[in-house]
Amino acid sequence: MVQYSDARLDASFAALSDATRRGVLEQLGRSDASITDLAEKFHMTLTGMKKHVGVLEEAGLVSTEKVGRVRTCKLGARGLEDAAAWIERHRALWDARFDELDKVVEELKRNERADRRRKIK
Amino acid sequence: MKNRVTVERKSDRELVVTRTFDAPARLIFEAWSKPELFRRWWLPRSMGMTLVSYEADIRTGGSYRIEISHQGSKPMAFFGTYLEVTPHSRIVWTNEESPDGPVTTMTLEEKGGKTLLVLSELHPSKEALDAAGTGALDAMGETFGQLDELIAELGAGG
Repeated sequence: MVQYSDARLDASFAALSDATRRGVLEQLGRSDASITDLAEKFHMTLTGMKKHVGVLEEAGLVSTEKVGRVRTCKLGARGLEDAAAWIERHRALWDARFDELDKVVEELKRNERADRRRKIK
Repeated sequence: MKNRVTVERKSDRELVVTRTFDAPARLIFEAWSKPELFRRWWLPRSMGMTLVSYEADIRTGGSYRIEISHQGSKPMAFFGTYLEVTPHSRIVWTNEESPDGPVTTMTLEEKGGKTLLVLSELHPSKEALDAAGTGALDAMGETFGQLDELIAELGAGG
């Protein structure tokens, strides 16, 4: 279970390491689009864009659906969740970050106190 | 005893994060502006990510670049410039890795030995802020999600 999640996180991270793919996600955050639309928007060949969308799809960030001859892309289930989850993600990040900052600041405080003691002696 | 973080969408374009620290502003500023200290807290261990490199010239007009990797994957780069650096009270920087990146303002307000840190991200549009969750934060948030799941699983098992 944990290994499976790790593999998924790796896939997400690999997918997000590319600027074009991040751009595609931002674009799909605004509205769904066909692969042809995306290829035009990002000045790429259809084949090139298909590859990018494939990587995003594997990571679960994008889902695609073929209607007639057009393949439409939209953000995957894990792409944009509701507002509460979105806020919670930001909060969790800053919470963890500031807990670590606390530790660094506590150390600075201790060092200052020790310095002061040395000066008094 | 732990101080709480609050996150609020102040407007369509602005996200505001606040947190109080039990320390004077100058120490928080020091931990933020000295690269060797900054490296120690910006990527919490629980995120399972590595700071591959961090370079910062922290003064008004200076620039920064951070590279982050997850388990040996190709690093993602985050970069921008400092629009304002005022010791012990305020740092303003751009986030230029995406064309729609926000301008972030961090302010420190000291009162009776404690300091209120306010971090505001001002995005160019509502759409850009909506989409901000789909960037690196998503990958990070997902890690926390995994941790929550794991804890829930352990709880259920025990």
